[in-house]
Amino acid sequence: MATTNRPDSPDRETLVQMYEIQNKIKTTDERFRSMLTSGQIQLIYYSPRGQECISAGYAVHLRPDDYVVTIYRGLHDHLAKGVPMRELWAEFLGRSTGTCKGKGGPMHITHPESGLVVTTGIVGSGIPIANGFGLASQLAGTDQVTVVNFGDGASNIGAFHEGMNMAAVWKLPVIFVCQNNLYGEHTPMSMSTGVEYISERAAAYGMPGVTVNGNDPVAMWHAAGEAIARARAGEGPTLIEARTYRFYGHLMGDAMEYMPKEERKAAMAADPVPAFRAWLLENGHATEAQLAEIEDKIVAMVDDAVEFAMNSPEPSLDELYTDVYEEITK
Amino acid sequence: MTTTEPRIIPMGVALNEAMDIAMGLDEKVFLLGEDIAEPSGGVYKITKGLSTKYGTHRVRKTPISEAAIIGAAVGAAIAGYKPVAEIMIMDFIAVCLDQITNHAAKIRYMSGGQTTVPMVIRTSAGAGRQFGAQHSEMLEAWAVHTPGLKVVVPSNPADAKGLLISSIFDPDPVLFVEPMLMYWDPQYACDVPVGDNRIPLGKANIVREGKDVTVISYGKQVHDAVKAADILAAEGVSVEVIDLRTLVPLDEATVLASVSKTKRAVVVHEAVTRCGFGAELSSRIHEELFGTLAAPVARVGGQNTPVPYAKNLETAFVPQVADIVAAIKSLNK
Ligand SMILES: Cc1ncc(C[n+]2csc(CCOP(=O)(O)OP(=O)(O)O)c2C)c(N)n1
Ligand SMILES: [Mg+2]
Repeated sequence: MATTNRPDSPDRETLVQMYEIQNKIKTTDERFRSMLTSGQIQLIYYSPRGQECISAGYAVHLRPDDYVVTIYRGLHDHLAKGVPMRELWAEFLGRSTGTCKGKGGPMHITHPESGLVVTTGIVGSGIPIANGFGLASQLAGTDQVTVVNFGDGASNIGAFHEGMNMAAVWKLPVIFVCQNNLYGEHTPMSMSTGVEYISERAAAYGMPGVTVNGNDPVAMWHAAGEAIARARAGEGPTLIEARTYRFYGHLMGDAMEYMPKEERKAAMAADPVPAFRAWLLENGHATEAQLAEIEDKIVAMVDDAVEFAMNSPEPSLDELYTDVYEEITK
Repeated sequence: MTTTEPRIIPMGVALNEAMDIAMGLDEKVFLLGEDIAEPSGGVYKITKGLSTKYGTHRVRKTPISEAAIIGAAVGAAIAGYKPVAEIMIMDFIAVCLDQITNHAAKIRYMSGGQTTVPMVIRTSAGAGRQFGAQHSEMLEAWAVHTPGLKVVVPSNPADAKGLLISSIFDPDPVLFVEPMLMYWDPQYACDVPVGDNRIPLGKANIVREGKDVTVISYGKQVHDAVKAADILAAEGVSVEVIDLRTLVPLDEATVLASVSKTKRAVVVHEAVTRCGFGAELSSRIHEELFGTLAAPVARVGGQNTPVPYAKNLETAFVPQVADIVAAIKSLNK
């Protein structure tokens, strides 16, 4: 079963839009991995493959002026929030044309124009910062919301607990999306976490918490939609635990000896992206030609971005000293 | 000892041996950190096999909770254990700095010596792998600036092993900084004696003798200093290279004796130059030897910026052999 059929399911356009985002993530990831494997490029790479439906499920509810905060494993969130493909590739490759002039790299993608405001490499650290975005919206009296993404492992760090409590006390318009892929680096969740469901932790802070199948696009869409609507209405934060799986381990080159082979095989066999595609066709939400056209367009977009990035120059050496402060400061 | 065969091993293996020996000698020694138990054996494989040998009660995999890791080590140390905590990458020290600076470092003093914190914090550090600004820093100066902490930065596998065993059995908290790029790179492998070969904290190593200039360094940059010395030897400049090994305690006697002889000194480290350890050492040399120096002490360090991602910028951030050569030449004008 790819997804749930509910009477209040998203309309066709939204369903196809979610598929488009998922496919964009999958296609981009596949290109990164193939270029890394062939040695054409070299970089530290945290594949988001397997987690596409989560980002697509919340992103279609967001406006460009809503904020997203994410982590080193953030490519899916970056693309879902609309960070442009060319600048994204260029940043991953450390080029001057990248989102951050090549100075931040894949762990720190930032593109305020798209609302992708912070990507962090320190586990859990985005959570308190997301509260700051929520607070700013609250103070300014706008109805913007902030979605902050983090892993299951991150729910064990102090920043998570402090941040959840403050968000609840201040009723901040923040949606905490715990992308639970069952592992934190090489450690299974069961060996590091005292609860079976991360969402149980929400009760301790007095906010709603839900666990959703993150591989079910429609279920994710519902959970995100409810939480986002609540936040927009000034009714405070929600913790969404979206259960999923990382297909390629912690980072590229991971030997994955700590992941049971059968478990990984089963997860990959249930790949949510092709499953959702098939579901869309079976239920008459889209036609083969329509989806093929989207897929071709995305391949062309990735081709273009790769060429753009590969042909872009490295940053000039002066860039080492700029952006430390507003002005170069001794 | 009859065997004289050299045993060339990388730093990753040497560190593992040190912990193995310490755990074998004293059942109060235990390890804790993220992913350190089997089947992973640590993300850099430094603790490989130890949980199988000593059990997961002594080689403890932790949640991603740096403050809780260091806090647990502090408490257990006060209660009579000898914890060795691993903080995966030095930048993450920021997450548990309270436990390190307000507690591990000060408890002996605040308690008037009643309670002590004999623990080690092992952490990997350094730029050069394009890990970006939050996974590349050398932050040893933070710890040096905190009275109560000892600070060790080994430059080769034999020292890493000998210094780590000493650190584990030291009565005070030790921050043990492992240059990440040296773990498994065969170019840094060296002969490491078998068994419990401790190297005392506070004893610098004169890596190379010379008479014209003293280059003082630690960690990975010791190798660059030696390369610079080789280059300058060909030009007739004789460079003495000192590897400090430990920043606290500092072997000032060795440094001052050398600089008294050469009258010129260059301090080299990868950490940001501004308020880096070089600033302290340069001050101490000036304070002690002011009238006798032929030139002011020079510093070669990282640029005063976060560590950039792009390869060319990252290379420009890290001090290179050519920078050391240039600094030495500037003193000989
Ligand atoms: C404070 C801190 N501790 C440790 C790390 C090293 N580290 C990077 S990712 C990671 C695992 C995080 O797991 P999880 O939160 O589940 O996210 P996932 O990688 O599974 O998406 C760890 C331990 C870090 N980056 N920051
Ligand atoms: Mg995880």
